[in-house]
Amino acid sequence: MFDTGYLPKEKIKDFLKELAGSAIVYMPCLEGDIVVFRPFSETGTLCLDRPANTPPKSIIYPQSETLFSFEYKKSPEDPQKTTVELKAGIDVPNMVIFGARPCDAKGFRIYDRVFIETDTPDPYYKKRRENTLIITLSCPKPSPGCFCVGVGGGPAHKEGADAMMTELEGGYVIEPVTEKGRAVLGKSIVEDGRPYLKDAQHVQAKAHDEVKNPFAPDKLPKISQSLFNFDEFWEQVVDKCVSCGACTYLCPTCYCFNITDEQGVSSGERIRSWDACMFFHFTLEASGHNPRPSRFQRFKNRVGHKFIFYPEKYENVIACCGCGRCIRYCPVNVDISEIVNYLKDTRQELRWASSRNEGAASNVGSAKDE
Amino acid sequence: MNSELVKEIVAKIFTEVEAVICYQQGFDKLHATPYFISIPEQINRLIWNPLCAQNLASYLPSIKKKVGIIVKGCDSRTIIQYLQEGLIDREKVVILGVPCTGVVSVKKVLREIGHQPVTDVSFDGKGSIAVKTAKSEKTLAIADVCPDKCTTCQYPTPLIYDHLIGEPILSDKPKESVYGDIRDFDAKTLEEKTAYWEKELERCIRCYACRNACPMCICQDSCIAETRDPHWISQKLSLREKFMFHMIHAVHLAGRCVECGECERVCPMDIPVAKLKKKINAEMKDLFNYEPGVNLDDKPPMYTFNVDEAKIKEHKL
Repeated sequence: MFDTGYLPKEKIKDFLKELAGSAIVYMPCLEGDIVVFRPFSETGTLCLDRPANTPPKSIIYPQSETLFSFEYKKSPEDPQKTTVELKAGIDVPNMVIFGARPCDAKGFRIYDRVFIETDTPDPYYKKRRENTLIITLSCPKPSPGCFCVGVGGGPAHKEGADAMMTELEGGYVIEPVTEKGRAVLGKSIVEDGRPYLKDAQHVQAKAHDEVKNPFAPDKLPKISQSLFNFDEFWEQVVDKCVSCGACTYLCPTCYCFNITDEQGVSSGERIRSWDACMFFHFTLEASGHNPRPSRFQRFKNRVGHKFIFYPEKYENVIACCGCGRCIRYCPVNVDISEIVNYLKDTRQELRWASSRNEGAASNVGSAKDE
Repeated sequence: MNSELVKEIVAKIFTEVEAVICYQQGFDKLHATPYFISIPEQINRLIWNPLCAQNLASYLPSIKKKVGIIVKGCDSRTIIQYLQEGLIDREKVVILGVPCTGVVSVKKVLREIGHQPVTDVSFDGKGSIAVKTAKSEKTLAIADVCPDKCTTCQYPTPLIYDHLIGEPILSDKPKESVYGDIRDFDAKTLEEKTAYWEKELERCIRCYACRNACPMCICQDSCIAETRDPHWISQKLSLREKFMFHMIHAVHLAGRCVECGECERVCPMDIPVAKLKKKINAEMKDLFNYEPGVNLDDKPPMYTFNVDEAKIKEHKL
């Protein structure tokens, strides 16, 4: 077997078909005007031209998932007495995620630390992750709003993937990343990719140069705590946020969830479903008190989780992969990279502090271009 | 319409208000974003062009201070509906109305340019938009890339304002065209309609962007989609639950939807959700001859009742 593979473009369908023989293969498909991951079918329109609108996160971390089902049963002898019967099982088929972007795969690494690399691994996530082979496609060019190179990634970043493809004119060069990914090279359709590797690396390097780093010259943005904790900053910088969940649900790294019992008369299911810190209900307590009643407090948490709390807990890793979806698809164009930029600049902090002392109206927008 | 004139008027009203809600450039040249300005120095970043599609009036009920706001004809209906429903204080809004010949749908432009990153955008002031990408430059007629609502717009000039910026424009679109798409859709069979909506709503990710961007969705934090008491909708991701949410959204807007199209504009999954609301509006028009957000003295039909409604024959059901 070669250590680099090559898949001619005309054979891509055969390749997917072969993979689909032993697994459910999810591939980005064009539906109407948008691109979403769908199980492979002969009729599906594979679209590798641009990143999918939704990341593939729901394949491994479903938007709602039954943890167990329960049923209350009355004892025939003593109707006063009820027992509850629980049923739990994790039945996960083998799966392949094909054509995800490097940022999408990096997102799974953010989840791995939370759901697997802990003393109490999550059996549901773990099983799905183990059963899934991820073949990414390196990005030949940036997409609107994306900034992977500013948060430790890149258009050909391999973290989280099992194998990575790079598009050349006539086909795809396949570089294995894990042992699981190496097995892909054993497929009979895959040709020897070694003669093409140099060209692929050239494409990767070119793409890397084209992606903008909004935090340049910093390699990774470092946030200043004092401005972060200044409420007025948040009030002004996200006054336009409508507090919907588009940014979090389209985010390859957002993983917060809710657990609810969805019950009928005598039976039901305990399910885990995605939650979004942008929603009012996210922190609503049983007493009726809500520690984050305002939109700006919720947005502050979103930025904090990604750029401060997660890095503090997990070896300075930023929980944002820079895919740009939250920027591209935000109803009102809130730009997280712009906000983080304000937060990392200590001069901004001084400006905020001084305008506050003088009692003058502070102002983010006009300070930006000075 | 040039932005210099808008800037001039905004500067003028600054003495009466604490903030002005307008637009500035978003993350790239193809996107405009709402801009809340609180000091006059910020005015120079204000923009006004056909990319300014968002309905800014949606912010008004949540703002306590006195503000100025820029509205297009369609947006002005939101303000009238708010006033009809007693949701805002007229004294606390200074309305800057701008007659509008149609805005640009970013989604439609992106389709035309193959979703490439945009490097520059310009307008010729004669109804077209030029979009530059790294690979090409394309000039598109705004009429070809406008949101569907603009193609049948009846109110290009704001229906309520304190200052009108520019000359009033009269609509040249026939009144019957407004619900033409709904009539066409109605002609389909029930099976066809069901199949259509199942396919579209299946994509819904329940992010509630449609709800949160909707100016008339006033339940917001106590929305039935999330409340546990009553527990009408489960958190399970099924077509049935998605369907239920969208139906409730539409029915809650009966006789209230001002057809600004925000729900559809903001949907990241490109679901034509505005069609549901428009259908209900068409019914309300037939039943009560009522059009939301058009006449300040109107009372929304669901806010009142007659013992015998002229067009509802309940005794003959």
